[in-house]
Amino acid sequence: MTNARVIRFLLGLAAPVLALVAAFAITSLVLVVAGDPAGDVWSTILSWPEERNLANIIKNATVLYLSGLAVAFGFRMNLFNIGVDGQYRVAAFTAAVVAGEAWLPGYLNTAFAIVCAMAVGAMWAGIAGVLRATRGVSEVISTIMLNAIATGLVAYLLRKVAVREAGSNDIGTKQIPEGSRIPNISIGEGPTSEIYGFIVIAALAGLLFWFVLNKTRFGFDLRATGQSTTAAVASGISVKKMTIVAMLISGGVAGLVGLPILFGSAYAYGSTFQSGLGFAGIAIALLGRNNPIGIAIGALLFAFLDEQSNPLQILVGVSPDIVAITQGVIVLTVVVSYELVRRYGIRLEQREVARVLADQPATPQKEVSA
Amino acid sequence: MRRSMKLAAVLTAGILTLAACGGDSDSDADDNGGGDAPKSDVKVGMAYDVGGRGDQSFNDSAAAGLDQAVEEFGIDSQESEAEDGEAETAREERLRTFADAGYNPVIAVGFAYAASVGKVAAEYPEVNFAIIDDESLADVPNVASLVFSEEQGSFLVGAAAALKSKSGTVGFIGGVETPLIQKFEAGYKAGAEAAKPGIKVESTYLTQIPDFSGFADPAKGKTAAQGMFDNGADVVYHAAGGSGGGVFEAAAEAKAMAIGVDSDQYNTADPSVQDVIITSMLKNVNVAVHEYLAGVVDGDVPAGVTRYDLEADGVGYSTSGGQVDDIAEQLDGYKQQIIDGEIEVPTTP
Repeated sequence: MTNARVIRFLLGLAAPVLALVAAFAITSLVLVVAGDPAGDVWSTILSWPEERNLANIIKNATVLYLSGLAVAFGFRMNLFNIGVDGQYRVAAFTAAVVAGEAWLPGYLNTAFAIVCAMAVGAMWAGIAGVLRATRGVSEVISTIMLNAIATGLVAYLLRKVAVREAGSNDIGTKQIPEGSRIPNISIGEGPTSEIYGFIVIAALAGLLFWFVLNKTRFGFDLRATGQSTTAAVASGISVKKMTIVAMLISGGVAGLVGLPILFGSAYAYGSTFQSGLGFAGIAIALLGRNNPIGIAIGALLFAFLDEQSNPLQILVGVSPDIVAITQGVIVLTVVVSYELVRRYGIRLEQREVARVLADQPATPQKEVSA
Repeated sequence: MRRSMKLAAVLTAGILTLAACGGDSDSDADDNGGGDAPKSDVKVGMAYDVGGRGDQSFNDSAAAGLDQAVEEFGIDSQESEAEDGEAETAREERLRTFADAGYNPVIAVGFAYAASVGKVAAEYPEVNFAIIDDESLADVPNVASLVFSEEQGSFLVGAAAALKSKSGTVGFIGGVETPLIQKFEAGYKAGAEAAKPGIKVESTYLTQIPDFSGFADPAKGKTAAQGMFDNGADVVYHAAGGSGGGVFEAAAEAKAMAIGVDSDQYNTADPSVQDVIITSMLKNVNVAVHEYLAGVVDGDVPAGVTRYDLEADGVGYSTSGGQVDDIAEQLDGYKQQIIDGEIEVPTTP
């Protein structure tokens, strides 16, 4: 029995290791073909990050983690929410305006802004959910469209409410008052070695994700619907309701994505607010197999690669775009290697079963085949 | 499983395409190699905005200034460019990496670096920084702000457009609707109105933040310009970086006129569309970068705000091709009035 467990554990480990090795090899090949110094590139990327880089990695991973969670929630129900990108931007903008106006004092203001962000994110995703449930519109299409609308809407509203610092060409919402900012957590010396305090909320979100999906009736219904709609209908689950609710929750989590940045470093939503986080989340959800721990590892890996590739151009003279290739290849190899390992596992099991059956006396086997 | 396979494939293809677009730009512009080339121990780090060297826009203009300085003074240089949609920490780290590797000065190209330069300049008080298109850091002792009066140059080409237009409608195409590009629009409109009161100025922007593709999408530029020509405009001015190529194409097809931006685009555009470019609004980022580096080499590091306006020849209009020679006198008249302060050009449309 323990033997089987060890094998299962090793198989589980084999997939990501296989994927990383393959990604490593393919990227090296690209580097060699392009005539770049592969050795220098890897020694830069794989060097142990300094304290401030470590802080940056954790900071960016926190943001990517929330994005991955949002996408993964949809995936578990077989919904492909490409719209996390638009949802988080609309939500972060809303939170920035609400918190900037400071209608409530101190952390009440923060809490209210977070609730508003989640509500707006949920609403924005809910549009796609309702369209899917009532009109059968593919959420892939509608969420992409909603991303474009979000861009236009936020840009328009930003110009309406924007304040512009003297001499700056940047525009942004009002700064969040100091009492409503979420303090950063220090992991070393100085202000460059701080990570977002929001990481606590991100961790709670991950815990809640696991609990809701694995320990509640609702989570079971959701996963069941994701795996087979017909089976879900047969067991009395309303697929329409589940679709809308899943999109609402996915959007609500997406509403949190921009908030670590907003409350931890930017303190306003402006034209340089980070974009494209929703798309990174798709890759990370795939990488993490829609599992909260896996997503955390994926987010850390992506943040690590981003951070470590930043100095490549300056120190090695290679474009950091190479890391975009690595990230893409990792996603692909992870999916492929999981499939390979899964098939190998099944074959292993079949062989085991066959062996056990062969060992048994002939009579019951005849009964089986009869 | 099959579904996630497909997703992964699509995603990877997308990422690879994006990466390919970025191209690799390992452009070590230095290495003169020659024995008698001038040599200086200044090491300059250039942090470009998205697009970097080769964007046919202001990054390129900054690169031109750097190249000139490298050749003239024999300084050492290294470049790095921003990724689309990168984190604020990535911009900060880029500047810190330069500073840690001994690059001094570090030049940040573009207003997006304002917050990062402010933060990193405080961490490295012994390193000099320069930032282009931002003056919010005017009081920081080790930061030089290089800013331009784009509205003044745009006023002149606006006047040129109005004087050259026969239809009474001219157009403006901005790359991305940001306060910076709105300055171009504001100046252009004011100039057109001054030269021909009551003239119709149509304006449009290709994309909205955070979508900065409007600076690098000739197809979008072409469509927008075609729309304007179809609506009766006969001169279109673009402030859209790399998208401008499409504007010129549309102008050539419509047998209309176009106005370039940043550099003298009569000289850099495709020869087939050269004739439609009657003038260009010059924003001499290269001059600013070169002058800044000249100061650094001389040991007299510039600080504070340096404004490149009409008076300082930091902005202006180009005359290559000779198509505005007939109205040069009027344009120079406006130029003098602006320099003298008789005309105050607005900065917001």
